Amino acid sequence: MTIIVKKVTQLVSGAIFLFGIYILVHGHLTPGGGFAGGALIAGAFILLILSYGSDYLKLVDKEKGSALTESVAIFGFLLFAAAGLLFGLKTFFYNFLPTGEIGKINSAGIIPFCNVLIGIEVAAALLSIFYAFLIYKEEVQK
Amino acid sequence: MILGSIYLLHVKDLLSAVIAYGIVGFGLVICFLLLNAPDLAIIQIVVETITLIIMIAVILNTTRKELDIQTDRSRIFTFIAAIILLGGFTYYFIVVTGSLNAFGDHYLRMSESYVNYGADKTGSINLVTGVLLDYRAYDTLGEATILFTAAIGVLTVLRLKGKK
Repeated sequence: MTIIVKKVTQLVSGAIFLFGIYILVHGHLTPGGGFAGGALIAGAFILLILSYGSDYLKLVDKEKGSALTESVAIFGFLLFAAAGLLFGLKTFFYNFLPTGEIGKINSAGIIPFCNVLIGIEVAAALLSIFYAFLIYKEEVQK
Repeated sequence: MILGSIYLLHVKDLLSAVIAYGIVGFGLVICFLLLNAPDLAIIQIVVETITLIIMIAVILNTTRKELDIQTDRSRIFTFIAAIILLGGFTYYFIVVTGSLNAFGDHYLRMSESYVNYGADKTGSINLVTGVLLDYRAYDTLGEATILFTAAIGVLTVLRLKGKK
């Protein structure tokens, strides 16, 4: 890509990444949540890859990392869900942490943790699909 | 949006079709914003952009022409069947929408308790997240599992084909 695209990407992608993290963490206070934040984070990475080219990053290692992150994140979400069986009422997805003061960022029990885990899972899944397409293209061209 | 989708069906160039698809998606974003659903609007705008990027990349790397599908001689029959089905469904939906309440005047049986006590019980101000991760957490788990399965499937199919 041209230098204009590269410079604009350098300026913008960090802001997109931070906005994704903001939407993830404030999922229980403001509009948004796990899916939106995760998709934004994946979008920041996809923007970087598209503007700097695919051979700039070592694709296969990145793909392994993103697939591993995705699996670990959804496993953590399941663990949080099953932890409701251990503590408090014996129900799946029981909100066992104290709900705290409504409106503060450290409130709502397990909802913020679940939001963050879902966000990581969505970001890693979208990224690994994108990596799979890129690697497929590279391997076909060889 | 309707014009975009009709154009999308009939255009020959696939790149134009993808861009018309983008028009439909971003029109849906505006609809969500007008209906006071910012959660859905954020998700729709981001996912729409990523999908457009992937589809445009696929089209630029493969072909821009649509396949020529031969129309066989039973075309008149399918045309008549389509007209009959279209008329039937239009009549049905006119009757059904006539029996609805006025816009924004729904029956609130379960949602009343969600709206009134949701913030106290879940501790989350954003009611959508409260419902998504507390009352309806099974649905969220299913969604996450579907995305996980989709990623695994794409990885499996593409890596197998790429290594050949």
